[in-house]
Amino acid sequence: MTPPEGRRLIGNRVLATLLVAAVASVALLPFASLSPNRLVSGQPVMLWQALAGWQLAALALIGILLLVAALAGPLPRRIALWLSLGATLPLLALDLQALGAYAHRALDEASPAARVSQGATFWILLFVSALIAIDALQRLRLGPAGRALYGVAALAVIGVCFSGELLSPLSIMREFANQRDNFIDQLVRHLLLVAGALLPALLIGLPLGLLANRRARLRNGLFSVLNVFQTLPSIAVFGLLIAPLSALGRAVPWLGELGVSGIGVAPAIIALVLYSLLPIVRNTYSGLAGVSTGALEAARGMGMTPRQILWRVEIPLALPVILSGLRIVTVQAIGLVVVAALIGAGGFGAFIFQGLGQYAIDLVLLGAIPTIVLAVIADFALQILVSLSRPSGTR
Amino acid sequence: MSGAARSARQLRAASAGNGVLLILIALLIALTLGMAQLEPLFRALFPDLGNPLYARDSFLNLMLAHIGLVLVSSLISVTIGIAAGLFVTRPVGREFEPMVSSLAAIGQTFPPAAVLAIAVPLAGFGFTPTIIALSLYGLLPVIQNTIAGLGTVPQTTLEAARGNGMSRWQILRRVELPLAMRVIIAGIRVSVIINIGTATIGSTVGAKSLGTPLIAGLVGNNLAYVIQGALLVGLLAIVTDLLFERLERRYAFGG
Repeated sequence: MTPPEGRRLIGNRVLATLLVAAVASVALLPFASLSPNRLVSGQPVMLWQALAGWQLAALALIGILLLVAALAGPLPRRIALWLSLGATLPLLALDLQALGAYAHRALDEASPAARVSQGATFWILLFVSALIAIDALQRLRLGPAGRALYGVAALAVIGVCFSGELLSPLSIMREFANQRDNFIDQLVRHLLLVAGALLPALLIGLPLGLLANRRARLRNGLFSVLNVFQTLPSIAVFGLLIAPLSALGRAVPWLGELGVSGIGVAPAIIALVLYSLLPIVRNTYSGLAGVSTGALEAARGMGMTPRQILWRVEIPLALPVILSGLRIVTVQAIGLVVVAALIGAGGFGAFIFQGLGQYAIDLVLLGAIPTIVLAVIADFALQILVSLSRPSGTR
Repeated sequence: MSGAARSARQLRAASAGNGVLLILIALLIALTLGMAQLEPLFRALFPDLGNPLYARDSFLNLMLAHIGLVLVSSLISVTIGIAAGLFVTRPVGREFEPMVSSLAAIGQTFPPAAVLAIAVPLAGFGFTPTIIALSLYGLLPVIQNTIAGLGTVPQTTLEAARGNGMSRWQILRRVELPLAMRVIIAGIRVSVIINIGTATIGSTVGAKSLGTPLIAGLVGNNLAYVIQGALLVGLLAIVTDLLFERLERRYAFGG
C-alpha cells in the first residue's frame, strides 16, 4: 500500500522516473553527431559539449522546476501538475533550438560537406517531454478542449522552430530541402491513397454493418470472411493482387486505360479497402446494436417511420462507435500505404524503401517520421471528433 | 432452440473448423516442402519468366527463418509485456498504469513499417533491427490486454480469495491469471499476427524471411516469386490465427 501523503518524499513517481531517465540519457548518450560527409558515420557529441552556457542554465532551470513538481512537499498537487505541463513547452523548444544552434556553430568551423545529425539524447528529451505532458494531462483530467489546446501549443512551438533557418543546417533538413517538391508530392499522394481507400470502404462498410445488424444469419459468415483479410500480411495481399489485376488490365482495355494494372494505385486501393472493411462493419454493427430498446420504443411510440428511426435515432446514437471504427481504419491505412510503396503506389514509403536501398538514413527518416506524425495527428483529431460526437451529458 | 440442439450445432461447427485447420496445416507443410514440384505450373502460368521458381534459398529455410524471427520477438514481447502489465496492476506500480496504458495505445498508432525503418539507424541492417522493431511493437497489445484482462477480474472474487486466506501470490496465480488468461492470449494473438506481417517487410532491412522471395519478385518484376512468398506467408498467418482462436476458446471459461 502507498504510504500516507504526509510522509512521502516524492509526490509524482511517474514524473520522477521520467526525470531520472532524462538525466541518465544526458549523462550517457550523445545529443548530436558530427560527420565529415554524408557517407562516414558521425562522431558522438554529448549534450554539455553541444550547448552554450545559457542553454545549459535554462535546461538546468527546467530540470529543477520539474524536480520541484515531482516532490510531494513544496507545491499543492494541481499547481505542481500545471507547472510540469507548462515546463514541457520550453523543454521542447530548448531541445530543438539547442540542436539547431549547435549545427550552425559546428558547420561554421567544418568543411562544407560536413553533416550534423540528431542523437539519442535529443530524441529522448523530446520523448520525455511528451510523456510528462501526457501524465500531467491525465492527472489534471482535462477534457477534449484542454487536450486540443495543449496539442496546438506544442505544434506551434515545433512550427516556430522549423519556420526559420534554425534547423536548416541539420542533415535531415538538408535532405528535406533537396527533396522538397518530391516531399510534397508524396505527402499529397499518401493522403490521396488514404482518402481513396476510406471513401469506398465507408460506402461499402456502412451498409454492410447495417445489414449485419438487421440479419443475424449473415453476421458470423461476414465477420469471419473480413477477419481473414485483417490476418493476412499486407504485403502478401498487395502481391497476390498484382497478377489478377494486370491480367484484367490487359483483358479489358478501357480498364487498362483507366490505370488498372498490377502495379501502383489499383492494387493498393483494393487491398486497403479490404483491410478497412472489418473495423467499419464491426463498429457500425456494434454501434447500432448498442442503441437501447427504450430509445427505439420511444421513437416508435412517437410515430416515427423505420427510416426516420434509422436516421434520427439509431445513427446519431451509434455515431461515436462508428467514428471509433473510422479512427482505427484511418490510422491503419496511413501505415499500410507505407507498404504499398513496394508495389509502386508512392507515398512516404517511397522515401523509406529508397533510403533503405541506398543506406541513406536521412531519407529513411524523412519517410518514417512524417508517417508517424501523420498517424498520431489523425488519431488525436479523430479521438476528439469521437468525444464530440457523444450525446451531451455522456462525455 | 433447445440447449441440446445448440450444443450439437456448436460441436458440428467446431469439428468443421478442425477439418479446415487440418487442411490448411497440410497445405502449408506441403507447399513449404514441395514448392519445387510446382515449377511446371509456374512455368505454364508465367511463360515469359526465365526462372519461375525462387531458388536462391529453400522455402523450408525461409519458413524456418520467418518463424524464428516471430518466435524470438514474440517471446521477448510476451515476457516484458506481461511483466509490465503485472507491475502496473499491483499496488507498487499502480501510479504508472495510466501512463503505460496510454503509451501502449499511442504506440500502436505508429505504423509498423515506420518503426522497422527507424530501427535501422539504431541497430544497422539485418536480424537485430528486425527483432528490436518486432519486439517493441509486439509488446504493446500484450501490455494492453494484460492490463485489460486483469481489470476484468471482479472485486468480489478478489475479496473472496483474500477471505479464504490466500496470499497475494496465490491470488495472482490461482485466481487473477486464470481469469485474465483469455484476454491476455487475445493480446498475444494480435501481437503475433502483426509480427508475422512485419517480419515479411523485414527482408527490406536485410532479415531473411518469407518476404525475401516476395520483395525480390517485386523488385525484379518476377510475379512467380511474389506469389510463392505471398502464398506461404498468408497461409502461415491464417494457420497461426486459427491456432490462437482455438487456444483462446480453451480459456473461454477461465481454464
